[in-house]
Amino acid sequence: MQAGIEEQSALYEKRIPIFPRAVKGRFRRFKWGVLILAYSVFFGLVWLPWPRHDGPSQAVMFDLVHRKFYIFGLVAYPQDLIVWLGLLLFIAAALLFFVTALVGRAFCGYFCFQTLWTDFFVWIENLIQGDRPKRVRLYKQPWNREKILKLGTTHFVWLLVSFWTAFTFAAYFTYAPELVRDFFTGQAHPAAYATVLILTLTTYVAAGLGREQICMYVCPYARFQSVMYDPETLVVTYDEKRGDGRMGRAPLRPGAKTREERRAKGYGDCIDCTLCVQVCPVGIDIRNGLQYPCISCGLCIDACDGVMDSIGFPRGLIRYDCEVNIKSPAPGKPHLHWKRLKVIGYGLAVVVMSALLVHSIANRSDLEQAVTQVRQPLYVVLSDGQIRNRYQIRLANRSDHAETYALGVRGIPAQAADFGNFQEVTVKPDQSILVQVSVKLPPEAAMRVESFEFTITPRSRPAEVHVSPARFYGPHS
Amino acid sequence: MSKEKLQSHAVQTTGHAWDGDLQEYNNPLPRWWVWAFYLTIVFALVYWVLYPAWPLGKGYTTGIAKVTYVNSKGETVTTHWNTRADLMAEMNAAAKAQKPYYDKIAALPLEQIAKDPELNSFVISAGKQLFGDNCAACHQAGGQGVVGLFPNLTDDDWLYGGTLEKIQETITYGRRGFMPAFGSVFTPEQIDQLANYVLSLSGEKVDAVKAQAGNALFHSMDAMCFYCHGDDAKGRQDVGAPNLTDKIWLWAKVPAADTPEKKVEAVKTVITQGLGKGVMPAWKDRLKPEQIKLLAVYVHELGGGK
Repeated sequence: MQAGIEEQSALYEKRIPIFPRAVKGRFRRFKWGVLILAYSVFFGLVWLPWPRHDGPSQAVMFDLVHRKFYIFGLVAYPQDLIVWLGLLLFIAAALLFFVTALVGRAFCGYFCFQTLWTDFFVWIENLIQGDRPKRVRLYKQPWNREKILKLGTTHFVWLLVSFWTAFTFAAYFTYAPELVRDFFTGQAHPAAYATVLILTLTTYVAAGLGREQICMYVCPYARFQSVMYDPETLVVTYDEKRGDGRMGRAPLRPGAKTREERRAKGYGDCIDCTLCVQVCPVGIDIRNGLQYPCISCGLCIDACDGVMDSIGFPRGLIRYDCEVNIKSPAPGKPHLHWKRLKVIGYGLAVVVMSALLVHSIANRSDLEQAVTQVRQPLYVVLSDGQIRNRYQIRLANRSDHAETYALGVRGIPAQAADFGNFQEVTVKPDQSILVQVSVKLPPEAAMRVESFEFTITPRSRPAEVHVSPARFYGPHS
Repeated sequence: MSKEKLQSHAVQTTGHAWDGDLQEYNNPLPRWWVWAFYLTIVFALVYWVLYPAWPLGKGYTTGIAKVTYVNSKGETVTTHWNTRADLMAEMNAAAKAQKPYYDKIAALPLEQIAKDPELNSFVISAGKQLFGDNCAACHQAGGQGVVGLFPNLTDDDWLYGGTLEKIQETITYGRRGFMPAFGSVFTPEQIDQLANYVLSLSGEKVDAVKAQAGNALFHSMDAMCFYCHGDDAKGRQDVGAPNLTDKIWLWAKVPAADTPEKKVEAVKTVITQGLGKGVMPAWKDRLKPEQIKLLAVYVHELGGGK
């Protein structure tokens, strides 16, 4: 018997290598601008000194060990962050939806980390191995000295960049200059080595090896972006009517050189040079229409504009435009369609939430207080029949100086509350203190009083009285 | 249609045939699955080397991972990795972190400890732990005690005194409360009279005539109640005799009784049977002096301290 010969379909698709061609143009310049800005911030910010008398002299540092997050002049604590991060997440999401509704996947093409690092890695590849034709040749040639040397160098430089990316990330979580010393002398915390190792590998794999596959198969955003698209959303579009004409695309050749000649023969403006395909970092042909792997980076626009310029045709065969305009019988100039309920809604949400965030940060109190009732026992009957409840007050000083707090009560007689040794208590900066309070009321009063308030007044700002409500329990409540 | 053509539509087979035409499909596993399987094997190998893994007769392979800790006798022990040693190492680290506070507590007089805000906060949190481990079994988690069994530490009544020093003394050396049984000394009627008198001292509703008689009996040389509880029935802290005039009850389950009769019964039980179970163990052999000191401050702050 003879074995089955049909090749079964594989469970994975083998990657078809992409060798993006370098391109010049306004979107390419914009991308470089974003990349330089982002890299300066990410790689530079961690080294920015910021003198502090009660913390590390680092402008931005997330001190997980001491649960303090230094962001320039702001010192945030986990309990602040839970609110702020929630707001920030909402703002980021709404901003993303807002931008996507307006101009499609602008985030993907220009600002996403995957794009930024892949772009940089491709630039390195280009620098070492040459532009697209040379890279394709190198790929096809058998393994020899040249190929090993060039590919080895590329991967080595990629690994270096990955390492420094990972190291920089780790440096945000500890005092950076100390980390450099400890890391290279083998004294850093195991977590630092683990973080750097994992991030080096993931950066190398994602930006060096994975590239567009991350966008296509891993990133969830690629899959749900389409729900935010409208017919009015600006997306990278090939003007099929103008490019294909009646008879389709045709290369420049005698008799089909000027626009008039091409019009007469029914050809469109597209000369089928395939540059737009060669420069695409995700390896698609935008002329096939909008497709999900497209990250809206605009490099095909740059490539096409360059070609149109060189042959004297008007620009904009590939451009940012919306479906409505492209499909209309008399297309106008593409413009932003912002007068839409959805866009305005997203915009408003961003503005309102940003205002809330700013308000929340600006009005953060220097004191954090919490009153908890001692519940075992809930109340005690004293020898003279009085009822006593006990409370624990936690005072956390968030200011940068030692502060003295005066404690008091409202709603019950002042002498009913016994603060022990701590009617006034001094708390060092960034410290928290527990104070035990017992409140004694005669039986008749205990029957009547259900709740009262604790007041906490910082000595340096007597007008700022913090009030915490408390309940009083007795035998009958 | 030829045989080959037919087969070209089938999936791959293993290439074997049994009984003439019986074939087996070949459905290889996905590559990622196979790699994950290999990784688990590598993980297992690394695990065997590092950690205790294989039983060998009466013993087992111990692995090369080591844990070093200081045991309760103060000896430094290095052993192969196990969860108990791992816990001990963590306990060592916790004790090291608490040491500066305990050093301060050991050095300071009792009153000073409660006045330092930071130290006081430490007392509250560490005291809760120590109290939970050593005292809560009897005095309950919040120190509220059980009427008839264990004193309430959160009220303002103290059998032996509620100053910081007295509390420290009580924890260190323990206490032994005792009251003789009067069941065979008095007639039931006399006991009833005494109970009525005792309840009247706390402002409870009683039979005035019986209480009158009980008063006389209380102060008589027959009963000698006043010898421990005092002429004014306010108790004597030097012998641990409770104050009978306040509203706090330790042995007689008066607060739980809802009728005057039951209250009398509760007091009568105590007078008839006496008490021998008021034993507070000594903690000096189990806790370190600074731990006892911390507990004294903690108990003082439970609310009853004087």
